[in-house]
Amino acid sequence: MNARAKDISDQALEAQMRELRNDFPILSQQVNGKPLVFLDSAASSQRPQSVIDAVVDYETQAHANVHRGVHTLSHRATERYEGAREKVRAFINAANTEEIIFTRGTTESINLVANSFVAPGLQSGDEIVITHLEHHANIVPWQMLCERTGAQLRVAPVNADGSVEADAVIELFTARTVMVAVSAVSNALGTILPLEAIISAAHERDLPVLVDGAQAVPHSDVDVQALDADFFAFSAHKMVGPTGVGVLYGKRALLEAMPPWQGGGDMIAEVRFDGTTYNELPYKFEAGTPNISGVVGLGAAIDYLSSIGMDRIARYEGILLDYLQARLDEFDDIRIVGRAPHKAAVASFVMDDVHPHDLGTIVDHYGVAVRTGHHCAMPIMQFFDVPGTARASLAFYNHREDIDVLVEALAIVRKMFK
Amino acid sequence: MTAAAPDSLYRDQVLSHSRNPQGFGANPAADVVIDGNNPLCGDKLTVYLSTENDRISALSFEGTGCAISVASASMMVGMLTGQSLENATRTIEQVRVMLATSNDAPVASELTQQPVAALSAVRQYPSRVKCAALAWQAAGSALAGNQQPVTTE
Repeated sequence: MNARAKDISDQALEAQMRELRNDFPILSQQVNGKPLVFLDSAASSQRPQSVIDAVVDYETQAHANVHRGVHTLSHRATERYEGAREKVRAFINAANTEEIIFTRGTTESINLVANSFVAPGLQSGDEIVITHLEHHANIVPWQMLCERTGAQLRVAPVNADGSVEADAVIELFTARTVMVAVSAVSNALGTILPLEAIISAAHERDLPVLVDGAQAVPHSDVDVQALDADFFAFSAHKMVGPTGVGVLYGKRALLEAMPPWQGGGDMIAEVRFDGTTYNELPYKFEAGTPNISGVVGLGAAIDYLSSIGMDRIARYEGILLDYLQARLDEFDDIRIVGRAPHKAAVASFVMDDVHPHDLGTIVDHYGVAVRTGHHCAMPIMQFFDVPGTARASLAFYNHREDIDVLVEALAIVRKMFK
Repeated sequence: MTAAAPDSLYRDQVLSHSRNPQGFGANPAADVVIDGNNPLCGDKLTVYLSTENDRISALSFEGTGCAISVASASMMVGMLTGQSLENATRTIEQVRVMLATSNDAPVASELTQQPVAALSAVRQYPSRVKCAALAWQAAGSALAGNQQPVTTE
């Protein structure tokens, strides 16, 4: 796959990737009388037919509760559910299948680590290090812990271009630091963070690192072992899978030492009124009946992404990002917020004298879906002193022409507000 | 909806109010100062209201918001300044109903000749109704004697 992606020209790659859009039935519709141009994949991606089919097939042929019955359907459901766990393991190259915990999403994954790994033993004055560009999901769980315990949140600054220096994070490490939690890729700006340097410096000081990988997994190869992340969280719905399912990867030794977070069925080995023993990994962290069809859909999403190749996806999206930024730069009065040298295919931007919500409403009339507002990352909006931005976020099912339609719609916005 | 549809909301009337809003400015001497917040959009307006002899003697606002929220606040200043408290309360209620009712419901006859009627088009944009309602909600709350910030959420 690597060789194939590198050997072909950009043009040939674009031609190959063009076909993929047809795999996504939702994208062939009209919105407000115009062909839909979906530029909001960082909020939630769309799903290919194969993922929809896998969910329908599960619901029509295989549904029963997992890990419970001796009957055929229960076996079938368990097989598909556990089969997806192995697919996730292989996809992010975890060492062990039991290091893959299914959750409701990235948010729940981070809350699990906050409550089960960091909270026990956390003391007043301890420090948790994050960065200024985190999503609320990687801010608020830590703030809640801090409020409960008197621990302190230390926030690494971003540069004016939206990039984050590894040293800016590392400089915050003190004798009181107990946890480092950073994004792989900023949802609001697209900035790719220097994870390797942050993680190796943290590990030199024996500091555990959680990576919010929600925006990285859909767009690039992720190898949690090469990265040496202690925890890695992501969501199915941003990687062409269903909503309501996410993953927490954790190193086995860490997960084994952690107490369960939520209690209930499936997470127990034996329950007696004089004491309960907990199930082993990964079930210890999966209390209650899980989102089985969602997990099955996630498995199908991984099959789909793997069949394309994450290296090809990353390269193609890089081509689209260059084109998107170049076209936005044609406007004198549009400013791209966040121009880090290493970026995922996201352009957050503001137009002079036009509020992002007005812009979003108007381009929607031309069929263009962009996210407007603070992108669940208010602190980074405050840093750039904007109430919000418009954000065009791309996926491999977008074409150059989508960007052209956005640009035409922006020209109309400009005219209306002149 | 057609491609020309944004014109129905972003009419010249609305755009000119948003460009040159009436009554834009702080009034620290106001009887009531109330913050309005639309957390979803990030619109933040502060409404300054003073009354004298059961009338609104001064009304102004400041803050940041989209064209719809600013235009709506500007129209509100034009409509309510000098009104009796009773009339103002009734107008605020009529605007609330106008912004809340379904697409084809008629606009109250007292409003049809007013600039604010242009904002009835916002009903086609469910995510934007709160922008149009924000200033009115704040003023209504102020008239009801509240000092707490209002939020559209």
